[in-house]
Amino acid sequence: MRLKANIMDAAQIDRALSRIAHEIVEKNTPERVALVGIRTRGVPLAETLHAKIKEYEGVDVPIGTVDVTLYRDDLSQVAASPVVQATELGFSLEGFHVVLIDDVLFTGRTVRAAMDVLMDYGRATSIQLAVLVDRGHRELPIRADYVGKNVPTSAREVIKVTCAEIDGEDNVSIHEVEEAVR
Amino acid sequence: MSKLLLKGGRVVDPANGLDDELDVLVVDGAIAAIAPELDSEDCDALEATGMIVAPGFVDMHVHLREPGFEYKETIESGMRAAAAGGFCGIACMPNTEPINDHRSVTELILDRASVHRVHVYPIGAVSVGQRGEALAEIGELVDAGCRAVSDDGFPVATAQLMRKALEYTQIFDIVVIDHCEEVSMTHGSVMHEGAVSAELGLRGWPAAAEEITVSRDLILADSVGGRLHLAHLSTRGSMDLVRNAKAGGSRATCEVMTHHFSLTEEAVRHFDTNTKMNPPLRSEDDRQAILDAIADGTVDIIATDHAPHHADEKLLEFDHAPFGIVGLETAIPLACTHLVHAGVIDVARLVEMMSTNPARILGVDRGGLRVDAPADITIIDLDAERAVNADTFESRSSNTPFHGTVLKGWPVATIIDGEVVYSAKESSS
Amino acid sequence: MTDAVAAARETSESSADDGVTLNDDLTSIADLTRDQIELILDTGDHFREISERPIKKVPALRGKTIVNLFFEPSTRTRTSFEIAGKRLSADVQSISASTSSVVKGETLLDTAQNIEAMAPDILVMRHKSAGSADFLARHCSAAVVNAGDGAHEHPTQALLDALTIRQAKGSFEGLRVAIVGDIAHSRVARSNVICLSKLGADVVLAGPPTLMPMHANALGAEIHTSMDHAIADADVVMMLRIQVERGGNLNLPSTQEYFRLYGLTEERLALAKDDAVVMHPGPMNRGVEIASSVADGPRSLIMNQVTNGLAVRMAILFLLAGGGSRNVEATS
Repeated sequence: MRLKANIMDAAQIDRALSRIAHEIVEKNTPERVALVGIRTRGVPLAETLHAKIKEYEGVDVPIGTVDVTLYRDDLSQVAASPVVQATELGFSLEGFHVVLIDDVLFTGRTVRAAMDVLMDYGRATSIQLAVLVDRGHRELPIRADYVGKNVPTSAREVIKVTCAEIDGEDNVSIHEVEEAVR
Repeated sequence: MSKLLLKGGRVVDPANGLDDELDVLVVDGAIAAIAPELDSEDCDALEATGMIVAPGFVDMHVHLREPGFEYKETIESGMRAAAAGGFCGIACMPNTEPINDHRSVTELILDRASVHRVHVYPIGAVSVGQRGEALAEIGELVDAGCRAVSDDGFPVATAQLMRKALEYTQIFDIVVIDHCEEVSMTHGSVMHEGAVSAELGLRGWPAAAEEITVSRDLILADSVGGRLHLAHLSTRGSMDLVRNAKAGGSRATCEVMTHHFSLTEEAVRHFDTNTKMNPPLRSEDDRQAILDAIADGTVDIIATDHAPHHADEKLLEFDHAPFGIVGLETAIPLACTHLVHAGVIDVARLVEMMSTNPARILGVDRGGLRVDAPADITIIDLDAERAVNADTFESRSSNTPFHGTVLKGWPVATIIDGEVVYSAKESSS
Repeated sequence: MTDAVAAARETSESSADDGVTLNDDLTSIADLTRDQIELILDTGDHFREISERPIKKVPALRGKTIVNLFFEPSTRTRTSFEIAGKRLSADVQSISASTSSVVKGETLLDTAQNIEAMAPDILVMRHKSAGSADFLARHCSAAVVNAGDGAHEHPTQALLDALTIRQAKGSFEGLRVAIVGDIAHSRVARSNVICLSKLGADVVLAGPPTLMPMHANALGAEIHTSMDHAIADADVVMMLRIQVERGGNLNLPSTQEYFRLYGLTEERLALAKDDAVVMHPGPMNRGVEIASSVADGPRSLIMNQVTNGLAVRMAILFLLAGGGSRNVEATS
């Protein structure tokens, strides 16, 4: 894969997340907001949003993580054995506006699976979606409520998000697959 | 007058002191001359250069399944398998249905066997119904054509019965063949009791269960006389017992099976039911002891325990599958590969164990190449190398773990009473 | 770009960093590598949480069919497999020997082929013959899970035991695990020795010599006749069920005598390490191999074993039928 361009650096990511945090508390009563990161890279993004909301509003909103592996519609197509990780939702969803957080919104299938997980845990007042990058190419009728950056892409391109907590650096870049993928 | 000339083969017959490149002339079913460069005029010539020409091999331990289990093997299919395997004669065990404990069964077997030239030597039961209680009418059985008695499939049940059998058979000068197994120790056993059975959780068949009966039989033969022949011995302990007994003057003889010197308990690891036989495949130590005993003369005979079973019967859980392996069509290549080519013995000793000795112990005037003797001849190509193909067996059954195994040294022709009953060339064309 | 590649990209992580997968069947611990064992334990660890949810069900195996073939009676293993399959949304059908056609003289192969014709994804089998799971796996295209074959192996039991030990002790290195009882006839002992040895623990086997296989040293464990020696300094004491037969037999004169010689009492347990834990695969014979005060005591992990059994079986069913497609090339 060939690097085409860096789209967001650490400062740009931070600015986008600050804006999203403001939008979330603008749209919802902060006391009724819960954040749920989708594994893997939605988790540090959720933690950043959690810290920003606490900073801006003084509210320690509930935060959790979901692992969507068991809910995917393409399990048998995923290479190797998927590593199943725990879903951690230490609070009741009842009465909360739950914001799902992921790094990239693409086909929408991961978000669909994450919503199914939440449904199995309880009845949230609403489920909203925040993503750092929306790259288009949706395969399901899903849209994000909060978007860090819209990045039009071709099908041959790949969006790569790195997080300081996982990869050592905050960055969003766009790559091109050099050979046609079968 | 039919004349057949075997040209240029290496004629090996230790009983007659032969091991040389010689021609063999057969006239009207008997050997007429053994000499170099015989005149081939008026003869059907059979080119044997580079081959071993041996007195006809005899398998002393075969289960023909007829009467009663013709779906496994008939007398006729077993005879064809024998010919294809290089055997001129086979001794068939009495555990048929009905059991060969009565002269009518012996007569039936010999009658059915008349369709083919392979010699069939019936072995009668020691006890009525092989139940281990009353002696069978051994005199009648011998009169009808039995060459030995055995309760094979089972041991001779008690020491007292064994003693009586060894005594009574002295009238007829035949051997009592025993399947040595102390059954109180082997109930439910399906493989050798050893490291592999410990790992697989399969019920083990201890070596001691064989050796206890070997000891019993040797002690009885020593005290009451008679001719004892110990079937399919498989353990180091048995080899030691027989070696010691012979050193002490015992007349007892014994046999080992081709699979017991070719495979070990390791072959059972994948639960292949074709590796299930009785006595079971033993440890590598036992296999080495068998090789030593073959080399030093302790072992008299190599046989097969040819025990055909229908594929459906073997296609079961290991516990439920019957014991047994077919052997007639793999015996010579297994012996050539694991004994001759492996340097354990020479060809002369192989001929002794597979021709001379079985003929002598069964009391048949075969197993030797000399002028005027019946022309039973086995021809072997020691250098032929190919994989066992159970799909082409003449036997009705193909329960062998050797399918696909490459072996070196195959029979190429079987001649009985001067007639070529099997020729590899013909069967492959 | 295939859906698979897109899906892998969208989560922007590799599906499995080290690419460990299971084999097509799970018939024995002997066939598993240490990495495969750890994959099952890790996955099982995460699956425990599903059973604590308000809705104890995930859709991972929706549309998959699991057939449990039980030729030997077993309430707990069968129930555990049934619930495991159902919590993953698979369709589960259990067939026990009394209702199967085996009693009509049908062979195992015929039975299996009939079931196979209905296209199950997984066949779970318990059978009294060693090697029967391997036999089934050779003749069936469905993934075969061995739920116990004779005295050969009981891999899912060993895996749930390993998970239970790992939770209690953190790791296996240097752990001393004593397994006591009828080793000769125990598939649990065999699978556990192999599994724990692969994971780095030291295994000690103890029992009366009549119930110890000849050549038990081939199993790679320390062998003891004395119970006290076996459990001295043990970190884990695993007691095996003793088959209670009326009137004694050639292996054991009486259960009373067995309890006196090999029963796990509080006094005996004091010989093990202070933080030693007690396990039993069940069902227990109280007062035969284990005293009630120990079985129900604070060091007993017996109920944890049951809970973990469910999680481990879910993990195995998931890895065999849900994940672990072996034909798609790994994506980065």
